[in-house]
Amino acid sequence: MKKDKGKQSQYYQTLTRKMILTVIIVSFTPMVLVIAILLQQFNASYHEKTHAHLSELVQKHKQNIDSFLQEKLSTIEFLASTQRLSRLNDNDFLYETLIKLRRDYDNVFVDLGLIDEKGIQRAYAGPYELEAADYSNAKWFKKAISEPEFISDVFLGLRGFPHFIVATRVKKNGGFWLMRATVNFNAFNSLVHNFQVGRTGFAFILNRTGEFQAKPNQEIKPCSQCYSFFWEAVEKTRNNILITRWTDDSGRENLYAVGSLKNGDWLLIVKQQAEDAFSDLNRMSNIALLIFLVGGTAIIGMAAFTSKQMVRRIRKADQETEMMNKQIIETGKMASLGELAAGIAHEINNPVAIMVEEAGWMGDLFEDEPFAESKNLSEFKRSLAQINTQGQRCKEITHKLLSFARKTDTTLKDVQVNQLIQEIVGLSEQMARYNKVTMATELQPDLPFITISPSEMQQMLLNLINNAIDAMSKSGGTIKIITKLSRLEKDHIVIIVEDDGPGIPESNRERIFEPFFTTKPVGRGTGLGLSICYGIVQKMGGKIDVHSTVGEGTRFRIWIPVQK
Amino acid sequence: MSGAADNCSNPINLLLVDDEAGYVNVLANRLRRRGMGVDKAFSGAEAIQAVGKGAFDVIILDLKMEDMDGLEVLRIFNSMALASKVIMLTGHGSQAAAREGLRLGAFDYLTKPCGLDELLEKINEAYLSKKIP
Repeated sequence: MKKDKGKQSQYYQTLTRKMILTVIIVSFTPMVLVIAILLQQFNASYHEKTHAHLSELVQKHKQNIDSFLQEKLSTIEFLASTQRLSRLNDNDFLYETLIKLRRDYDNVFVDLGLIDEKGIQRAYAGPYELEAADYSNAKWFKKAISEPEFISDVFLGLRGFPHFIVATRVKKNGGFWLMRATVNFNAFNSLVHNFQVGRTGFAFILNRTGEFQAKPNQEIKPCSQCYSFFWEAVEKTRNNILITRWTDDSGRENLYAVGSLKNGDWLLIVKQQAEDAFSDLNRMSNIALLIFLVGGTAIIGMAAFTSKQMVRRIRKADQETEMMNKQIIETGKMASLGELAAGIAHEINNPVAIMVEEAGWMGDLFEDEPFAESKNLSEFKRSLAQINTQGQRCKEITHKLLSFARKTDTTLKDVQVNQLIQEIVGLSEQMARYNKVTMATELQPDLPFITISPSEMQQMLLNLINNAIDAMSKSGGTIKIITKLSRLEKDHIVIIVEDDGPGIPESNRERIFEPFFTTKPVGRGTGLGLSICYGIVQKMGGKIDVHSTVGEGTRFRIWIPVQK
Repeated sequence: MSGAADNCSNPINLLLVDDEAGYVNVLANRLRRRGMGVDKAFSGAEAIQAVGKGAFDVIILDLKMEDMDGLEVLRIFNSMALASKVIMLTGHGSQAAAREGLRLGAFDYLTKPCGLDELLEKINEAYLSKKIP
């Protein structure tokens, strides 16, 4: 029994687990899929958007810078091509022009100079003492004199201050001349210096040797490895903007947007920490994760709760079914036992009748001579009387047995239960009083009539009352009979017979309705009273149960349906 | 007892019908001792034979016999238009059969096993009702 219970609870535990698992899988799968797909989509489009934005920014700045440089170059070219050499070679004219240019271009030009093909500065206007400076050995000069136009990298030069040169080569009076202007580094630098994307995005310009051509607005560590990669990549992409990611030495991932400037001499680089660039995305991911966690917890909680609830209900239903099965088996057992008992009773009746008659015959014969003078006549007679008495007892037993199977008077009548009970109480009171037992009733008035056999009902109630009186015969007590309409069972009358006697031990409680089960001393009970009650109640379409606490009393409840 | 005394001069003729030989024999002894003329039949067939031979005042008929149902015997008696009064012996709880017997014209029934006094009383009643219809 205990093993069975263990197995059963294990079965229900497994069932609960399976249900929880199923619910979780079924509800988690779509949630995970939806969240993953949405995140992925969002991720992709956000990356695309960020890249496009950066690309556009770089493109715009690239154009700005390129046009800035081109403008300065054009100005010089215009000057060089429109003026005669004698004027260009005149310091005063250059001063005049420089002042004019400074006014027009907001101090972008630092100085102007004219250099002959040997590298000697022939004319100069500017803040530095650079007249007749010799540039013949300067790298930039060699390059500039070989091309029609030239823009240098940023360098310190003779003046020891960062600057760069725009120069144009003109042919005048049969020789090459180089007209050059220095561009204010700060003015140029401001083009990228104020650049800012997000919280951490900034821009800078690099030349081929990895030197800064325009400084970013914050200190950065140069990264020669990545710069060489950029050069390669940008050359491959031609004029397009390269967007790439690079993890620096400190392990921080950065987003780079790179475009080429000045016909591929310089690189415009925008660098932003990936974390910053995708901060919205990260926030979104965090929110999604939070939703997932909260939702997941809720799903698991609900799954566990509802599964447990459901299994509890299934368990209850199973128990009810089991109980019902038990009852059906019990009823069947009672019925077959009843039939068996009836058969036996019939068979026993004949021998008992013969025994009793034979005893009677002996009694008849004792009246004759010479028995009348027999010494032991009185003893013989007592013995015969005893046989007769015991025969009568057998007869009673078989009668009761037969009542269990076949009812005496089965005519159905409409009966008012309360009235019937009062009659029976009246009948039993004498015997009850003799055993120091008080009878009490608590009858609900105006109960509906029930259609039953009154004699069966009488027999049943008498059996219950007699049992109660027998149980309390030593100590005395009270028998209470209660009638009322059942609140739980629709259209049923409940009859309760309760006593405050010694109660029924638990070990006996299951068996009391079985035929021949009795706790009364041999000769006092047949063990059929409650079986008969059980049979009668079953036949009425009702049910009977018993509650008993040892030392407190016993309560029989009988439900009888009300036919409408 | 009173019946036995009354009928000393003109004894009541009885036929006992039951397939329980032991019961019939002892009952016959006891009834004879009380001054009655008793014939015995141990089956339905024997009973019908016996009824054909002699006239009985009262027939005591067990309803449950192996060869023939008591009610069947009763029907045959009816067809023979007997003057005898029939007292049926029934098992407990077969009131339906008893009622059917009464409908078929039996005088009364007794539930087996019954005491001798009860039986004598019924026999006397039956005998009297036969004499003074």
